Amino acid sequence: MTVSALSRRNRHSHIKNGSTTANVIIYTFLGLLSLIFLYPLYQVFVCSISSPSIVMARNSLMLLPEKIQWGAYEVVFQNKNIWTGFKNTLIYLFLGTCIQYFITLITAYPLSLKNLTGKKVVMIYLTITMYFGGGLIPTYLLLSQMKLINSMWVLIIPAAANVWNIIIMRTQFVNIPDELKEAAIIDGAHDGILLFRILLPLSGAVSAVLILFTSVGYWNMWFEPMIYLTKRSMYPIQSVLREILIDNNTSMASAGANRNSQAKILRETADQAAVYHLIKYANIIVSTVPILCVYPFAQKYFVKGVMIGSLKG
Amino acid sequence: MPGKAADPYQKPLWVRFRKDLRQHYLAYLMLIPAVVLIFIFHYIPMYGILIAFKNYKPKLGILGSQWIGLEHFRNFFTGVFFPRLLRNTLWISIYGSVIGYPMPVILALLLNEVTHLRYKKVLQTISYMPYFISTVVICGMLKSFLSYDGLFNALGRMLGNPPISYLSEPAYFPSIIVWSGLWQSVGWNSIIYMSALSNIDQQLYEAARIDGCGRLRQAWHVTIPGIIPTFVILLILGMGSIFAVDSSKILLLYGPQTYETGDVFGTYVYRIGIKGGEFDFSAAVDLCQTVVGFLLLILVNWISRRTTEQSLW
Repeated sequence: MTVSALSRRNRHSHIKNGSTTANVIIYTFLGLLSLIFLYPLYQVFVCSISSPSIVMARNSLMLLPEKIQWGAYEVVFQNKNIWTGFKNTLIYLFLGTCIQYFITLITAYPLSLKNLTGKKVVMIYLTITMYFGGGLIPTYLLLSQMKLINSMWVLIIPAAANVWNIIIMRTQFVNIPDELKEAAIIDGAHDGILLFRILLPLSGAVSAVLILFTSVGYWNMWFEPMIYLTKRSMYPIQSVLREILIDNNTSMASAGANRNSQAKILRETADQAAVYHLIKYANIIVSTVPILCVYPFAQKYFVKGVMIGSLKG
Repeated sequence: MPGKAADPYQKPLWVRFRKDLRQHYLAYLMLIPAVVLIFIFHYIPMYGILIAFKNYKPKLGILGSQWIGLEHFRNFFTGVFFPRLLRNTLWISIYGSVIGYPMPVILALLLNEVTHLRYKKVLQTISYMPYFISTVVICGMLKSFLSYDGLFNALGRMLGNPPISYLSEPAYFPSIIVWSGLWQSVGWNSIIYMSALSNIDQQLYEAARIDGCGRLRQAWHVTIPGIIPTFVILLILGMGSIFAVDSSKILLLYGPQTYETGDVFGTYVYRIGIKGGEFDFSAAVDLCQTVVGFLLLILVNWISRRTTEQSLW
């Protein structure tokens, strides 16, 4: 019997015999812990479909829905601000991610070449900005001078060259074996073909990581839209949510909702505050469920991304 | 090209550059967009820092405004807000580190003891979930849960406590930021330790078992020494950003009642500068923070290189 087989058996028996109690404690503790992660959103969902007066009476502490109604969701889905927000976010996300990824590719390639004259200077030029910058105020003044306030490009162009991504992509290109690159060059490939036909297809995983992180960044973005966009018609979803959830802007929350759906939840309670609570909860669910459906499948790329980031750091 | 050039070091710079320019004109072309974008959106704002030393009048522009030297800095350091901002920033940062650094390690250690792979996978996926809920939604949920008629007061009522509006109580504010931050990121931050754990040589465990170590002593003698390097590096590097508290959640949750404990450098710069229009003064405040942060980063990096032979650059 080999050593490893022996040890596997040992380990197995040790778990079976030695630490059953410890296992029970650890498994139970982690199970309870995961409830702490899950409960808040579950609670929000349960309240959003329960009767407003019951939710109010219980201070939102509910384990199961009671007197189920979907009125709050009707209000959310009829709210044109939510739809515009989703649409805007998708536009910003798509354009921003595409442009940033393209610039990452074409900048990383020359920097990955051996002995390209001037490469070091450009690297230093880029790296400095990772550690030192002008800060919020000078950037704000610059962008307002450039008349980028209230333009969708303000969320896209200033973020288009991301030094961190460029360096990660460059490392990926450098790590591709030289033989492949040389073979392509002998076949007469110039820089463009080398990048897009040889290097890019070999960098799928890293590309996925970078694209995912940029997309999540756009999905979550709220600060830049807050200072640079003042027109509601341009708000991304997070700005709409900020007004509804943080500023308690009731007209934002029910714009375009027809009276029937409002009336349905209001029929049993006249308490506007209770109804507004439910509408907020429904907004949270509607805006969070899409990403929660996606992330478990993209998980391995995110995990990979954490490793790439930490290796650099 | 790799292996082609005879010995480029012997030719003068301009000869090499001219040769590369002919051979790799496309590569140089690819560098242009990023170089231009970085210049506009990172280097011009650095020049814009000048307004911190000026009595800035938008009509006169940055160059035309009157030079007043260090007056803004003097006003800031002798003003009433400086001690409060310093105290709050340091406190939220240190409190956050004391909670935020060990907890992911503990979670990773516990997850490491789970031998049932499916259960482990599910637990991990659940623990990452809060990381994918957007900041605005997290703050919206916190606002609801912590309100006068929210979830936390429902729990408090069961214990016989009178209801409190938690978010208006300065005493609770740092804890709210820190503990909700832990909820958001503990699972995500444990990823890096999980990978450090998977890199531990299994033979060490076998050796420990042969020496008669039980589960707890295996953890103490093998697992913990295996992840200490990762922990130390992250901790040291984290110390470099002690003045750079993430102010986005604070910005969404604080209010005049909680400025006393919640106002940090980042939120102050935003409030005075972008909202209040005192661009010159707030740029000075921001610059102080950037410079101190940068010096700290250099110091910490130096310590890290001396002690762990790991550094950022």
